[in-house]
Amino acid sequence: MVSFTMNKRYCSWHMVNKIILYTLFYCLGLHLFFLVPLYARDYDYINVTNPFLKKTPVAVTDFKTFNGHAEELNIGKTAIGILKEALDFTGYLKTMNPVAFLSNPAESGIQLGQINFRDWTGIGADLLITGGISEVDGKITLKLRLFDTFNTKLLIGKIYTGPQSQVRKMIHLFCSEISYQLTGKWGIFNSKIAFVSTINGKKEIFSCDFDGHNIKQITSHKSISLSPSWSSDGKWLAYVSYANGKPDLFIKNLEEKRGSIINYKGMNISPDWMPGQKKLAAALSFSGDQEIYLLTLKGEIIKRITKSWGIDVSPDFSPDGKKIVFSSKRSGTPQIYIKDFESDRPIRLTFNGKNNTSPAWSPDGKKIAYVGIEDNNIDIFVMPLDTGTPVQLTMNQGDNEDPSWSPDGSMLAFTTTREGGVSRIFVMNASGSDPRRLLSLKGRQTQPDWSLSKGTEN
Amino acid sequence: MKNRVWINLLMAILVAGLFLTASCAKKTVVTDATTIEDQEKAKLEADAKAKLEADAKKEAERIAQQKLVDQMANDKAQKEAQVLAAKKRFVNQDIHFEYDSSQLTAMAKTGLKEKAVWLKANPSVIVSIEGHCDERGTTEYNLALGDRRANTVKSYMGNLGVAAYRLKTISYGEEMPIDSGKTESAFRKNRRAHFAIN
Repeated sequence: MVSFTMNKRYCSWHMVNKIILYTLFYCLGLHLFFLVPLYARDYDYINVTNPFLKKTPVAVTDFKTFNGHAEELNIGKTAIGILKEALDFTGYLKTMNPVAFLSNPAESGIQLGQINFRDWTGIGADLLITGGISEVDGKITLKLRLFDTFNTKLLIGKIYTGPQSQVRKMIHLFCSEISYQLTGKWGIFNSKIAFVSTINGKKEIFSCDFDGHNIKQITSHKSISLSPSWSSDGKWLAYVSYANGKPDLFIKNLEEKRGSIINYKGMNISPDWMPGQKKLAAALSFSGDQEIYLLTLKGEIIKRITKSWGIDVSPDFSPDGKKIVFSSKRSGTPQIYIKDFESDRPIRLTFNGKNNTSPAWSPDGKKIAYVGIEDNNIDIFVMPLDTGTPVQLTMNQGDNEDPSWSPDGSMLAFTTTREGGVSRIFVMNASGSDPRRLLSLKGRQTQPDWSLSKGTEN
Repeated sequence: MKNRVWINLLMAILVAGLFLTASCAKKTVVTDATTIEDQEKAKLEADAKAKLEADAKKEAERIAQQKLVDQMANDKAQKEAQVLAAKKRFVNQDIHFEYDSSQLTAMAKTGLKEKAVWLKANPSVIVSIEGHCDERGTTEYNLALGDRRANTVKSYMGNLGVAAYRLKTISYGEEMPIDSGKTESAFRKNRRAHFAIN
């Protein structure tokens, strides 16, 4: 009934010592066009940035335990918890309450021929996920499937094997597959967020997984460290630190523990990596004027990007690397400009308000998120480049700064003081809905930078 | 013969008497010596008095001297206090800016002129001009604004004749507020150029 295609791949994760994943594709042969019934007119995929997006209900069923022992059952429950949390984290999926379920695939069977799809369409589940788990001598095998209940189709079937410590990773790899299947993008599940947090009164750079788990302290300068920025491949992190007494740029390869410091006279701030390249843009003031330059990893100036008297700061490349957006005070107040490298002419983007800064280019290239300040209200706006009409995403909820897009463009991470005036990192959907705190950590957290997803590893 | 003995004896007595009379006359001289002793005593007293007077004079001189020294020390301390106060004022009096501006106000220029005077009076001093901002505005923009404020102050000080090598600049953006309040007055305090002596 189902044709099997075996596809063995090695996946070496940078944080993990040689874990080998055997990925088994159950169902291939065709590129499946999964159509979400209500929104299928113009899209093959769920448009994750659609502000009117209705969340698609997903039924996640209990996992079948192949050997039936308690350990399998426990790990299975943990895995289901991680899976549901991850799916609910997205702005476009909603896991259903199992109380409504009419059948139990853990007993009746988790494969295509064993599913009675009417049990699922009947309760409004557009998608169904079944799973099986086996634990043998500490080795976990997870068999996970995603079904389209209306079209009675298997969309994804995967087997993941590894030690128990990697269950979370395996689940997130499966989630990436789901994301790719539904949205055409690898999604957020393999991404990280770097941010600044105070610890003992000093600002250090930290990182965490997309969902706020797995928090790690990256710097220990015991100084002021700011503005983390991931390279496209997630291997490099650039940031600003006063570790040597003034604001310099630190470029770090996180795996190989090497890097460089860019310390021109004056300030060396606001780094952003050129997509897919080992080059970065940053604002330097060695000339006496704050201008944006394109630099090599070692700090050699490739070219000067801005040429105007007054502050030019906070560059952010377009996803294709052909343009750059930045803040500039050339008109008298800080406003947002876009420069096309080809035409070399800057175009002013914002005209509302007297203070617009901190631009972030959306991954689809179509929007700019930024911070606007009016009457001491600091809020996040999104400007669609086609209309030029800004949309306010935050309002009357403390100060809101530092927008950073999730790699699929479905969400924004940002800093807010809405909880008791203390800076915290929140995420919200791209439309501004569902704002929620990303993590709980002592001190104050600011300046999140969301990495790209490493789709090749999925 | 016997009479001769008596005569001799009488003679001896007479001679002895004569001698005795002589010794009586000598006694008068002894009476005069007592007066000399008095004189000596008086002299001693006079000497002591003179010494006392000299001592008193010396003491007075010493006191006067001490007073002078004290006065000088006092003057010096006062001067030092003045110097210290001037230095304190130099360090503690920040130059303030308008919101989102790196331009020098009239008050800022007055403050900087005073600082230039002090710097010229203290030619060995090298300073860092720190540019600071209030918390409004984003972290990166404020780093740039603080950089601009520090540079503006440096170039104005240069125009006032302070050598550039004595003036370093550094921006702290909004990272080091002196007042963490959310009021206009807190914001005003935080928008500053601060002079730190290296």
